[in-house]
Amino acid sequence: MNDLATYNFAYLDEQTKRMIRRAILKAIAIPGYQVPFASREMPMPYGWGTGGVQVTASILGPDDVLKVIDQGADDTTNAVSIRAFFQKVANVAVTTKTKEATIIQTRHRIPEEPLRESQTLVYQVPIPEPLRFLEPRETETRKMHALEEYGLMHVKLYEDIARNGHIATTYAYPVKVEGRYVMDPSPTPKFDNPKMHRSEALQLFGAGREKRIYAVPPYTQVVSLDFEDHPFEIQKFDRPCALCCAENVYLDEVVLDDRGGRMFVCSDTDHCEDRRCAGHAGPMLAIEEAAE
Amino acid sequence: MSAVPLLKVNDISKFYGNRIGCRNVSFELYPGEVLAIVGESGSGKTTLLSCLSTRLMPTSGIVEYHMRDGQYRDLARMAEAERRFLMRTDWGFVHQNPAEGLRMTVSAGANVGERLMAIGDRHYGKIRVAAKDWLARVEIDDGRIDDQPRAFSGGMRQRLQIARNLVTSPRLVFMDEPTGGLDVSVQARLLDLLRGLVHDLGLSAIIVTHDLAVARLLSHRMMVMKDGAVIEQGLTDRVLDDPREPYTQLLVSSILQV
Amino acid sequence: MHLRDGIRLPVVADVSFSVKAGECVVLGGPSGVGKSSILKMLYGNYGVDEGQILMEHDGRLVNLAAAEPRLVLEVRRATLGYVSQFLRVVPRVSALDIVAEPLQARGVGSEEARERAAELLARLNLPKELWALPPATFSGGEQQRVNIARGFITGHKILLLDEPTASLDARNRTVVVDMIAEKKAAGTALVGIFHDEEVREAVADRIIDVSHFSPRKHAA
Repeated sequence: MNDLATYNFAYLDEQTKRMIRRAILKAIAIPGYQVPFASREMPMPYGWGTGGVQVTASILGPDDVLKVIDQGADDTTNAVSIRAFFQKVANVAVTTKTKEATIIQTRHRIPEEPLRESQTLVYQVPIPEPLRFLEPRETETRKMHALEEYGLMHVKLYEDIARNGHIATTYAYPVKVEGRYVMDPSPTPKFDNPKMHRSEALQLFGAGREKRIYAVPPYTQVVSLDFEDHPFEIQKFDRPCALCCAENVYLDEVVLDDRGGRMFVCSDTDHCEDRRCAGHAGPMLAIEEAAE
Repeated sequence: MSAVPLLKVNDISKFYGNRIGCRNVSFELYPGEVLAIVGESGSGKTTLLSCLSTRLMPTSGIVEYHMRDGQYRDLARMAEAERRFLMRTDWGFVHQNPAEGLRMTVSAGANVGERLMAIGDRHYGKIRVAAKDWLARVEIDDGRIDDQPRAFSGGMRQRLQIARNLVTSPRLVFMDEPTGGLDVSVQARLLDLLRGLVHDLGLSAIIVTHDLAVARLLSHRMMVMKDGAVIEQGLTDRVLDDPREPYTQLLVSSILQV
Repeated sequence: MHLRDGIRLPVVADVSFSVKAGECVVLGGPSGVGKSSILKMLYGNYGVDEGQILMEHDGRLVNLAAAEPRLVLEVRRATLGYVSQFLRVVPRVSALDIVAEPLQARGVGSEEARERAAELLARLNLPKELWALPPATFSGGEQQRVNIARGFITGHKILLLDEPTASLDARNRTVVVDMIAEKKAAGTALVGIFHDEEVREAVADRIIDVSHFSPRKHAA
C-alpha cells in the first residue's frame, strides 16, 4: 500500500473537495439548477465520467460502499475502471449489489431496484444544458433559465412529433424539477424518468468537461415535459427478459450470432442476477448455462 | 380613431462615447399607425429603432408603452423578464436578414409555433393548426411546414419571419429594412403582403428603410433622419411630394423613375 | 413649393375661396399657374406655409393646414376624397380591389365593396377581363377609369378632382360628367381641374381663375 500514500483520500485534495461540496450544497438548495464549479483534470479522459468521479470523490467517506454501473452493467469497461480507481485511491468497499451500496455512480441508467433514503445516485453527465442544441449561446440559455423561458424546449419536442409522428426522444428526455428548472437527466433512457420523481435517494449530476453540477434532492417532483395531445410515455417491451423473465424493466438487445439471432435481457445486470438467484428463469437461461 | 398613443417617445438620445447615435427624438405612435424612418446609412435610424425596441438602452430620454392593462410603462425601467415577455407576445421584430430572426435548423412550423409554446400552449395539434394558418397567410405552401428555413428562398424566409412574429397577434411590430436584399419582384410580393397584414390586423409598425418607395407604400407617416436627428417628419405623401428640408429634397430627387 | 437644394419657389399666395355642399368649383387658368398645387394643398400632399384650410369633418370644423398626420388621414378616410391625374399602382392588387379599398376602409364588408366596385367599373366601360388584373400594365385611359371609380365609390363629403377626364374618350367623359352631377345632387362639395372645356362647362357652378393668386402678380 506504499503507493496509496502519494494520494489524498479519494484522489482529490481537501480544498478541491470543499469547493465541490459547496457546489453540491448549492445544487441541492436549488433543485435542477446548474451550478458552475472548477472542474479538475482527472487521470482519465473527458467523456469517461470525470464529472461523476469528482462528485463521488467529494462525497465519499471511508465507510461508504460504492457501486459503479455503465448502461446498467457492473462489468463493462467504464464501470470496472472507475470502481478500480476508487478502490485504489480511497480503499473503499465496493459492491455490485444495488441494495448494499451507499453511493452508486452511474452512466446512463437508474437501477431497477427502488433506491432508499440512505443512498446517493451520482450521474455522469456529458452535456448538462437541455437547451444547448437549440440555443448555442450560453449567455442566452442562462437567461432563459433565469427567466423561466422554456418555450424552446417544447420546440424540440414539436420537431420530434412533426418528424416522427410521436415524441421520438428516448434518452436525455427533458424534465422540469420542482416546477421550476428544466433539466437534462443525462443520457438515461426516458424509461428511467419516472424513477427520478419523488425518489427517496439524493441524485447528484456531475459534468466534468462542461464544469457543472446539479442535483435533485430526495422526494423532489420531477416531471417529464410533453404535449397535452402527446403525453409522455415510457418505452414498452413486448417480451420479458430472456434470462430472468422480468417484465417492466429496461432491456438491452444482445446479438447472438450472425444469422439474426438475438435476445433481450435486463440492462441492470445486478437486478437480473438477483432474480435468477431467486429462481426466475427466462427462455434463454438454460441455453446460456449450457454454453458455459 | 383611438385617442391614446401606443408608444410615447420623449427626447431619446443615444451616444456611443462621443459619437452620436441619435439625438433628441420625440414622437408618439398611435394604434394602427405605420411610421417609416428613412435616411441614408449611418443616419441613426437603426440606432433609433434599437432604442425603441429595447435592444439598446438610450443614453437619455424615455420610451413609454401602453400595456394591454391600460397602463403606460417606462420600457427602460421594466424588469427584464417582463420586457422579454412583451417582446415575444405584444411586439414583433422583423430583421433585414431573416437568419437573425429565425431558427434556421428547426422546421417552419416550429418557427411559427415557438412563440405560442413560449406563452404556454401545450397542445401540439392546435399549435400545428395555427402554424398552418399563418404559413397560408404569408403564402407559404403548407407542404413546406416541416422543412427547415435553410431550404427556403430569401423571400420565403422573410415571409416566414413575418409569420413567426405575427402569430401572437402583437400590437407593435418593428421592421429593419424588411425588403432589403430581396430582388424586385420578391420585394413587391412582400410589400403587398405586409401592406395587407398591417391593414387587416390593425398593426402599428415602425419601419426603418432607406427605400422611399417602401415608405410610400407601407407607411402613413415618415420621419427623415440625418446625422442622428429627425430633420423632417409628417404625412408620408406630404414629405415625399413636398419635401421641405434640402436633405429630404435630395433623397426624393434621387429616386429612380421607372 | 420646395424642390431641390432648399430653393423655395413661391407658387400661389393669398388663395381664398369657399365651396358649398352640392357645388362644383373649377380651378381655371393657364397651366403652370398652380391649380394642381392648390388641389394638393387641399388634400394635404403639399404643405401650407400660411393660412388655413377649414373643412367640416365629423360634425366639427378642422384646419387641415395645421392638422397632425393622423387627423389628415382620418379626414381623408371619412370626408375628403381625391381623384389624381395618375393612378398610383400597388403591386399585385387587382383593379377591382383597388376600387373597393376605400369603401372597405370605411367599414363596408368586402363582398359588398367589391360589388359596388364592379358596378362602377362596368359603368365606366372598363372591360371585365381587366378587373382581376393589377392595373400596372393598363393604358392611360384604363388606369384613369380605375382611379375615377376609386374616388367616386365612397360617399366622401368633399371630392377633389385633378383632370379626371384628361385621357378619356367622349363616351366615358359623358359618364364622368353624369357621375359628377350625381355627386352634386347628393350634396358633395367638389373642387376640380378640367382642361376639357366641354366638361368644364357641363360641371362647373363657378370657375376660379387661379392666376389671380399668382405671387408674381402680387409683386407687380
